[in-house]
Amino acid sequence: MNDHDHSHAPIANGDEPVAAGRVRALEELLVEKGVIAREEVRERIDWLVSRSPADGARLVARAWVDPAFMGRLLADARAAALQLGLDPGPSPVVVAVENTEVVHHMVVCTLCSCYPKALLGPPPDWYKSLPYRSRAVSDPRGVLSEFGLELEDDVELRVLDSTADMRYLVIPRRPAGSEAMSEEELATLVTRDSMIGVARPAASAPVAS
Amino acid sequence: MRYLPGQRVQVTARLHEGHHRTPRYVKGKAGSVERVHAPFTNPETRAYGGDGLPKQPLYLVSFAQGDVWPDYRGHKRDRVYVDVFEHWLEEAE
Repeated sequence: MNDHDHSHAPIANGDEPVAAGRVRALEELLVEKGVIAREEVRERIDWLVSRSPADGARLVARAWVDPAFMGRLLADARAAALQLGLDPGPSPVVVAVENTEVVHHMVVCTLCSCYPKALLGPPPDWYKSLPYRSRAVSDPRGVLSEFGLELEDDVELRVLDSTADMRYLVIPRRPAGSEAMSEEELATLVTRDSMIGVARPAASAPVAS
Repeated sequence: MRYLPGQRVQVTARLHEGHHRTPRYVKGKAGSVERVHAPFTNPETRAYGGDGLPKQPLYLVSFAQGDVWPDYRGHKRDRVYVDVFEHWLEEAE
């Protein structure tokens, strides 16, 4: 029976990282000082884990089949998401960039881990890791190679470092062999990694593990 | 807005104590304005409880990778794009 308001030991394994303890201590203080409410933290977490790359994939698939929509997506990704009934999230501006035969984009946040969470869900751990954040700008072709993407020499590589308020979403190239596929089928080809720009979609959908 | 798309600019090389969003690897480097985004609140004051006003214009600036990393191993045309606030930019010489 818990009828008092101090907090109890967290539900966690004993080998909790130091950072997790720090975050919990910060949260306790912010709640105690009335800056945030515990319920707000829970709501934000619920929102974050309810997001998934399926939303970004819907945007990309529509752009692949509808050139006018592609134009709108490139001009204002936030408005394009709203048009499909998707939640573009709290970021003021989402910028979509298009991969072509001659230009390949990839996204990093060297200063922290900025990411278009509303359209892609929580970022993968590697996206937040120091090695990715440093090498994605200094040796991006090496990083792509480790992801299994050997970029052709005649392709210009553009690395986008999201250092401020903008969130970047990569529109990958529609794979060869997908000509007969419907918009819904195409959406299953668009992976999270391809919208970060570290992979290319293949004409057969990734197999769920 | 002080700068226009296509214009050559240089990132100020100054040190900055405290929170700021200008990565060290582009400080002092020259690049091209690719997009003029919009004005946003200043993270350097917002981080300390301020309101971030006045808003600062934000630019997407691209740099040749070879200019940023002397031993860059990729293609000559490869570029890195960084969002930089106006008060970190000056006209390139």
